[in-house]
Amino acid sequence: MTSPNRPRSFQDVILRLQSYWAAQGCAILQPYDMEVGAGTFHPATTLRALGGRAWAAAYVQPSRRPTDGRYGENPNRLQHYYQYQVIIKPSPPDLQDLYLGSLKAIGLDPMIHDVRFVEDDWESPTLGAWGLGWEVWCDGMEVSQFTYFQQVGGHDCKPVSGELTYGLERLAMYVLGVEHVMDMPFNDPDSPTPLSYGDIFRQTEQEYSRWNFDQAETATLFRHFEDAEAECARILAAAAEDSAGRHIPMAHPAYDQCIKASHIFNLLDARGVISVTERQAYIGRVRALAKACADLFVTTAAAQEAAA
Amino acid sequence: MPDLLIELFSEEIPARMQPRARADLQRLITDGLVEAGLTYASAGAFSTPRRLTLTVEGLTAQSPTTREERKGPRTDAPEQALEGFLRATGLTKDQLEAHDDKKGQVWFATITRPGRPAADIVAEVLEATIRNFPWPKSMRWGAGSLRWVRPLHSILCILTDEAGATTVPLAIDGLTAGNTTRGHRFMAPDAFVVTGFEDYAAKLRRARVMLDPAERAAEIRSQAENLAFARGWQIVPDDGLLSEVAGLVEWPVPLMGVIEARFLDLPPEVLQTSMKEHQKFFSARNLKTGRIEGFVTVANIETPDDGATILAGNQRVLAARLSDAAFFYENDLREVKAGMKAWAEGLKAVTFHNKLGSQADRIARIAALAREIAPLVGADPDQAEEAARLAKLDLRSAMVGEFPELQGIMGRYYALEAGKPEAVADAACDHYSPLGPSDAVPTAPVSVAVALADKIDTLTGFWAIDEKPTGSKDPFALRRAALGVIRLVLENRVRFDLKELLRSCIRDHQEYQAGEGISRSGSRSGSRSRSYSDSKPENLLAFIYDRLKVYLRDQGIRHDIIDAVLAQPGNDDLVLVVNCTRALQDFLKGPDGEDLVQGLKRSMNMVSKTVFEAEDKDGVEYSFGADVKFAETDEERALFAALDQAEPAIGAAIAAEDFPAAMSAIAGLRAPIDAFFEAVQVNTDNQIVRRNRLNLLSRIRAAGRQIADFTRIEG
Repeated sequence: MTSPNRPRSFQDVILRLQSYWAAQGCAILQPYDMEVGAGTFHPATTLRALGGRAWAAAYVQPSRRPTDGRYGENPNRLQHYYQYQVIIKPSPPDLQDLYLGSLKAIGLDPMIHDVRFVEDDWESPTLGAWGLGWEVWCDGMEVSQFTYFQQVGGHDCKPVSGELTYGLERLAMYVLGVEHVMDMPFNDPDSPTPLSYGDIFRQTEQEYSRWNFDQAETATLFRHFEDAEAECARILAAAAEDSAGRHIPMAHPAYDQCIKASHIFNLLDARGVISVTERQAYIGRVRALAKACADLFVTTAAAQEAAA
Repeated sequence: MPDLLIELFSEEIPARMQPRARADLQRLITDGLVEAGLTYASAGAFSTPRRLTLTVEGLTAQSPTTREERKGPRTDAPEQALEGFLRATGLTKDQLEAHDDKKGQVWFATITRPGRPAADIVAEVLEATIRNFPWPKSMRWGAGSLRWVRPLHSILCILTDEAGATTVPLAIDGLTAGNTTRGHRFMAPDAFVVTGFEDYAAKLRRARVMLDPAERAAEIRSQAENLAFARGWQIVPDDGLLSEVAGLVEWPVPLMGVIEARFLDLPPEVLQTSMKEHQKFFSARNLKTGRIEGFVTVANIETPDDGATILAGNQRVLAARLSDAAFFYENDLREVKAGMKAWAEGLKAVTFHNKLGSQADRIARIAALAREIAPLVGADPDQAEEAARLAKLDLRSAMVGEFPELQGIMGRYYALEAGKPEAVADAACDHYSPLGPSDAVPTAPVSVAVALADKIDTLTGFWAIDEKPTGSKDPFALRRAALGVIRLVLENRVRFDLKELLRSCIRDHQEYQAGEGISRSGSRSGSRSRSYSDSKPENLLAFIYDRLKVYLRDQGIRHDIIDAVLAQPGNDDLVLVVNCTRALQDFLKGPDGEDLVQGLKRSMNMVSKTVFEAEDKDGVEYSFGADVKFAETDEERALFAALDQAEPAIGAAIAAEDFPAAMSAIAGLRAPIDAFFEAVQVNTDNQIVRRNRLNLLSRIRAAGRQIADFTRIEG
């Protein structure tokens, strides 16, 4: 575990993935500036998986899962964490090899480790999306999700996108040999100001755990959910022509409202105010928004492709 | 006689799909070849995570030439008719022959279909197979439209004979069949050429791929056992896991690890489940301590450090998993010490079914029912009720939340921790059983009471709200529940009137729904006497009998015998029904059994037919008052005498459940019945005499029906 080629910090793992995927020709995007539960929600994945245009992007996405908060005490669980996301359309025939190359880049040599592709079909009920693929195991630990998108927002993906999602904290902890996430070096441990993951996130994990579980004002959240839902529908229903007669349908702004609704639902879920039966209904409402946004994006994309 | 080798090389095929896929590949290809006129000597299918392989040996080199003679129009038919015939046959007029037929001269065509080379047929059949392969789930990839379980990378398809190997020409959506494959993903990734199955299997082995899943499974088993043996341990056998793991690796390398001491106080089932479900580890038991103390993980690679890095990684992941489990267990034990009230409370919020109330409602019903059933199975009613109230509390525990398959098992541990008697704790674990036809049936009285109550509540509940299984749809597993009732009752010889119990339970469900708010425990004995008419209990009983027929048929009991016994009215005691069925089957198998029963059946048929016809004609039921004083012939009187003797004998034998004795008593009636029909005309003008005879026959019918409706026996 002490090969000189090993990353020494959390950010080193991220930087290596960035350079690797940049070298494979991906556009290195920045995180989406909204609260999301997973990198898949980034429009660079959800919307760009639709339509016929080729696409290749990679990015870090901060992700929030309010119910996973453990006040910074659990060695593996966080309410705020990072995913690394790669999406390439059409999925190249050597995507598995490209992926294995990325593991090598962060110091996981598949000749020493046991890397396995274990069946795991992916489904997102809130996005109306599904795909087939695997969870990738390294020495018995799940280090990535590997998915060939088949449908998003109820639309068949043609061509098919290949999506890779790395759980960065868990992967980095393994590479760095760290037992507790808060102990993980964030920057170079030999730098003048060495910072651990805990130095940066212990306090926020505590504060958000309290807010997520005890403090978030549920009446306000319920109202925000309704507002986002209504705004999304309003944007989608707006005329495609603006006052100056320009043809500008607004799939992205509508989709932002869908993301918002989804995150508010997650917060309400963490507050324990959504019953089992209501849960399905809320998921259905978010899915309806996602589908409507996907519909508009697909129509717009088709028009652009026809014009081009 | 060429041999055929096909390999479909793809990204990782889910382990659980491989066995079916092997069988499907073999079936689709060989059926297709045979249908096209080829024959073959033998075939075999194999799989690894990355390939599906089929070998077909001794294939015919081409399909035979076939000739078909087809009759056309008459030679003097209009020109259009002849043109149509030529189009249909693809021949020209000079190739036709005219022959004499009944109606004159007729054109005949002889169509010759030349045999086709095996390669053409193979290409066609393989393409159809790939395009229509019945994967449980398939996908598209890239920009293509082909579907496979995961992206398909290459097709190897060669025919090998004395002259060597030839690649079958085939291209599907940009994939061209070739004669190469690849070895292990990491240890031997380069492509190589193969010339036949033996060459293929040998080269794969050199390239670190063990082709045969059975060999991989055997290898894993023996290596794991050896590793365990060296430490004085023993692998806990798990064939399901073995087959799955064999489908996850091309080159199995079992590695043994030790569970950290801090986790050894966890229940063994927790260790086993966590290791199996999350990590696909085999459990190893220390024979000295009897505890699960180690594991075997199966890697897919040989490494320079002999798996040290891999094992260390797996050990680390396991520690994280078991830390979670230990955390859940400690939390649960705190709740157990506090009396599990929060769990009972929590079950009120869990809907069982929106028409059947919450889990808590259901538990209250099961507790009352278990109390009622307890005396029938020799259980203490208080214990049965308490066991039922405890049995499902663990559904709210953190451990069962994490591992649903530990339901009941944790319940048992938690009940013991709470200081409950063993019999009560065992019921928490055993009341779900039996889960299938081969699952063990509980025998401890308290467990039997709760298990029966659980299943009967489920069945009657769904029957009360008309949610019955239809066709292949059985979302609430009611067939399994019915089989559970059957096996619990039969294997524990529980004697009771099943229909009456179903009736009262269905009524309670309906009252609950009607909002009468009657709690079962309070009002059962009172409401039982109320008049109640509904076909649901009969309908449910018929459903249970249908399952019983399937169950008995699986045990080799003839369906007509089951039907004959079930046709008897008032057969509401399952144990009695089955005893009678078995006795009748044994009797039929015994010396002269078949003759006796067939004779009896003929006699009984005559009896039944005569009585039924008369009843039909006269519109009355002949069932009473036969009197020997109206008998006119000796044969009639002899039958009276025989019946007077047989009736009490049959009755006594049935009461004593001595079915062989009952059978011989009824068999004794056959000769007098036959003599009677030989000598006596039932329908005489004397109405008194006629009625008397019909009543006599009806008495015989009733006597027979105490055992079975013999007219339903086939033969």
